[in-house]
Amino acid sequence: MMNRMECLKVLAGLVTDEIVVATYSTGTDWLALTPDRKLNYFAFGAMGLASSHGLGLALGQPNKRVIVLDGDGSLLMNLGTLVTIGAVAPKNFVHFVGHNGTYEANGGHPIPNKAVDFAGIARSAGIAKTHRISDLADFSARAPGLIKEEGPVFVELLIEQGPLGARDYSDMYSAKRRVEFRKELAG
Amino acid sequence: MDAVTTQPQLKGASIISAIKEAGIEYVLSVPDLHTSRGLLMPIAADPDLKLIRVCKEDECLGIAAGLSYGNKRALILIQHTGFFYAQNAIRGVAVEQKLPICFMVGLLNAEPGKSPRDSKRIGLRNVEPVLDLWSIPHDTVDTDADVAKIAPAYREAYETSHPMAFLVTRRPVHP
Repeated sequence: MMNRMECLKVLAGLVTDEIVVATYSTGTDWLALTPDRKLNYFAFGAMGLASSHGLGLALGQPNKRVIVLDGDGSLLMNLGTLVTIGAVAPKNFVHFVGHNGTYEANGGHPIPNKAVDFAGIARSAGIAKTHRISDLADFSARAPGLIKEEGPVFVELLIEQGPLGARDYSDMYSAKRRVEFRKELAG
Repeated sequence: MDAVTTQPQLKGASIISAIKEAGIEYVLSVPDLHTSRGLLMPIAADPDLKLIRVCKEDECLGIAAGLSYGNKRALILIQHTGFFYAQNAIRGVAVEQKLPICFMVGLLNAEPGKSPRDSKRIGLRNVEPVLDLWSIPHDTVDTDADVAKIAPAYREAYETSHPMAFLVTRRPVHP
């Protein structure tokens, strides 16, 4: 099992001009690591839609890579998204899902079945490139390739619960950040 | 001599022309029996429109939002039941973020020529009040005479960044 923040540190050290879509616990941790990054897009408004936002961004920005940082509880609220992504098959799309078996942002309650195999579901949904990683050294070695691989790519990260970082949703979800994101895309 | 009466029509082809005139490139949809033959089938066959078939209506909100950041225009084509299903995403993505999310909502079992507010069906009767609750501008498309309203309204939604909904009352006929 890995620690979410350690996984995100690996990714933070690798990203350059990719759009990174993050949400809830992963979002707050990602924001703590990359507070000034203009190409961060925080999916909010309805839990579960991070990958749908990411799909729209990937289609709208075909020359940019889109990395989605999702959670297991969030993905369970929108499992159909994997079927849609499998059908649309955007080449510039990488979907990471932190699987810790809990709705961590909502009080740490367990998801209905902690043993769910998200990579298996993604594969069955039509996403050919799926990975399931539980060791940080392994992840560190594979991450540079994963974020460059032709998509769609789905990566299930087996992580432990918590610790939950500081939460500042007001900054993360501010209109100011969305305006800055739009400006950055416009160049 | 018998008087010849002609029923008003709503042609799918007219709606599709209006959608294109509004600059719409993507159509995001869950099939709806009301618009299936007259609208969704010809859209699926139209090389100028990119149809993304989704599993549940709230997916459309995320996809349309992401597309809007790339200046790509999308239409969400769903049934009123799916519109009700997606309320939280409509609130959180379209309304709170003031994004240009354009809906075309098929009112299955609506009575042509009759305002949805006057329907005997509770679901149909409440579509417009729910849109009003969110302050989402809306209008109805009942006949070909209404189609001219579509393109200007969707264009304005994109130009000033706000959601907009058209409700399709009469079942569109195949082009």
